[in-house]
Amino acid sequence: MKRYLFIVLFLFAGIANASVLEVGVTAKWKTIRSAIQAATSGDTVRILPGIYREGNLVIQKPITLLGIDYPVLDGEDRVEILTIAASNVAIVGLRLINTGVGSINDISAINAIESKYLRVIRNQFENTFFGIHLANSSHCTIEGNILHSNAEAEHQIGNGIHAWKCDSILIRNNQISGHRDGIYFEFVTNSIVERNNSHHNMRYGLHFMFSHNDIYQHNVFKSNGAGVAVMYTKGVTMRYNHFLENWGSSSYGLLLKDIGESHITHNHFIKNTIAVYMEGCSRSEFEYNTFQENGWAIKLQANCDANVFAKNNFLSNTFDMSTNGSLVLNKVDANYWDKYKGYDLNKDQIGDVPFHPVSLYSMVVGKMPSAVMLWRSFLVYMLDRTEEVIPSITPENLKDNRPSMRSYKDI
Amino acid sequence: MIKIGKYIIYDILRNRFVIAYTFFLLLVTLSMFSLESDPGKSTISILNIALLVVPLVSIVFTTIHFYNSYDFMEMLLAQPVQRKTIYFAEYFSVAIALSVAFLIGVAVPLCIFNFNESSVYLILVGLMLTFIFVALALMASVATRDKARATGVALLFWFYFAIIYDGIVLYVIYSFSDYPLEKATLSMVSLNPIDLARIVILLKLDVSAMMGYTGAFYQDFFGSGGGILYSIFVMTLWAFLPLMIAMRRFCTKDI
Repeated sequence: MKRYLFIVLFLFAGIANASVLEVGVTAKWKTIRSAIQAATSGDTVRILPGIYREGNLVIQKPITLLGIDYPVLDGEDRVEILTIAASNVAIVGLRLINTGVGSINDISAINAIESKYLRVIRNQFENTFFGIHLANSSHCTIEGNILHSNAEAEHQIGNGIHAWKCDSILIRNNQISGHRDGIYFEFVTNSIVERNNSHHNMRYGLHFMFSHNDIYQHNVFKSNGAGVAVMYTKGVTMRYNHFLENWGSSSYGLLLKDIGESHITHNHFIKNTIAVYMEGCSRSEFEYNTFQENGWAIKLQANCDANVFAKNNFLSNTFDMSTNGSLVLNKVDANYWDKYKGYDLNKDQIGDVPFHPVSLYSMVVGKMPSAVMLWRSFLVYMLDRTEEVIPSITPENLKDNRPSMRSYKDI
Repeated sequence: MIKIGKYIIYDILRNRFVIAYTFFLLLVTLSMFSLESDPGKSTISILNIALLVVPLVSIVFTTIHFYNSYDFMEMLLAQPVQRKTIYFAEYFSVAIALSVAFLIGVAVPLCIFNFNESSVYLILVGLMLTFIFVALALMASVATRDKARATGVALLFWFYFAIIYDGIVLYVIYSFSDYPLEKATLSMVSLNPIDLARIVILLKLDVSAMMGYTGAFYQDFFGSGGGILYSIFVMTLWAFLPLMIAMRRFCTKDI
């Protein structure tokens, strides 16, 4: 009991030490810069509504910047707004606008260098080059921010949330649009990205490389220039995400290049030109995903091996699967295919004849894209039926031996 | 023209072929919806009916009807009636009778079971194909006095547009696959009304796959309403041009 009392007293003592510095036209401090200078560790700088044009502000002590009714910090198209080079910093409720643009420096609204336990919460970012840039930081939380930019070309804009060489980051409930990549990770490990909405970015909604053991869940990636692309990583967990409406010849719902030992489950891929494109992927599991109204549900390059596709739903896709070789080292099992025409005599809800998800015409279109014009014509229909009866061009071994007769519900 | 048209429609109704056609379409459409649990898939099956059966029936019925009413036309020509009037009366009454059959047989069940954008386009292209193939059949009919020959030519039209043409296009795409063929394919497709009708529906059902096409021009063509407008415009031409060619032939012809 004495010990607890001591802790409680200690906590109060901490609060008593920390003071609040108010910034505003009528307040004690007129500029944020002077308040930051006056603050000591643990202090809170309370920023009243207004427009602050103070150039680049550097924070080198553990303090909190708390905005009241979104005070505006304007970078006047010249500078980086906040540079954080300390741990335990919190940035809450600010509106950061108009950073400079640079082709050598990654100018950002909030730039954290070697910062631990940084919290960036409920801020608004408008017309920023990079939104939040984390370098060599760990245990940071980025939550409830809205980032929006209006770039017209990829080279004129940076990424929304950019993390390089970080560990244990939490990115949650953010809205990111109009940037180059919505969320960009390079060498970021053990992190969680959840409930974000990344849409209408110039390039990728989510882009990561060499970022092992991260979890992505309940995110929405919609109408990004080239969808989502993830590369050279192992131990990725992606679940309950929505990949929507990524249209274009080089646009993918989810592009996986050299991904290994990953779990991609319970995701929805809807109305993408290519829902999942896989190249050089190994030992990954795809389960309980729904592929609906895509051009191609899965494009599986022949250099992928030991991946498992099980218990997924394939609904109203133009082509369910396509591949570029006859060697198949992956397992396709117990999925629901709406194109399956087999029967189930013993009523165990498992089709009695195997399903071949690769159709002849999907191979033809893979080689000659113009041929997609003839899709659904009577001639193509006849060709596909002939191939089904006597397979000669499509890979014989790529088949689902136990196709489900019923779609998987509630996944 | 309306008066003559009325008589022709009475005549069409009397020989019961159109009624049988209506029931056939109705039966097929209803069975598609009752056999298939997913209405989207039934729409695709009905699309095949619209693309194959509608042109075939239009073409065969028009040729046969044209020759069967030859005596009637000769009788009319003895009266002070313009040939143009008789010709258009014949065209529109046949086309309208077949369209009504299509509307009752396909459009009504489609609107009841699966009313959405793609169904509306399916109905639209079905009607347009009826008008196009009636015009093509008239073109074949006015060219010769021999009924068997005209029917043969008309059937050949159907066979060519429904099957052979796609084979040729596929062959061309295959042979020249090393070249950029986007514009060439598009223009080749414009030369076939059945393909155009198919593409209007593809743009609704398979737009995700169509966007896999390379090039910004095609993104515009498929992504916006441009593709549909283009297809409908060219299909209108496909009805109008054979109709006019056949009319000139009919007006100068020695009957």
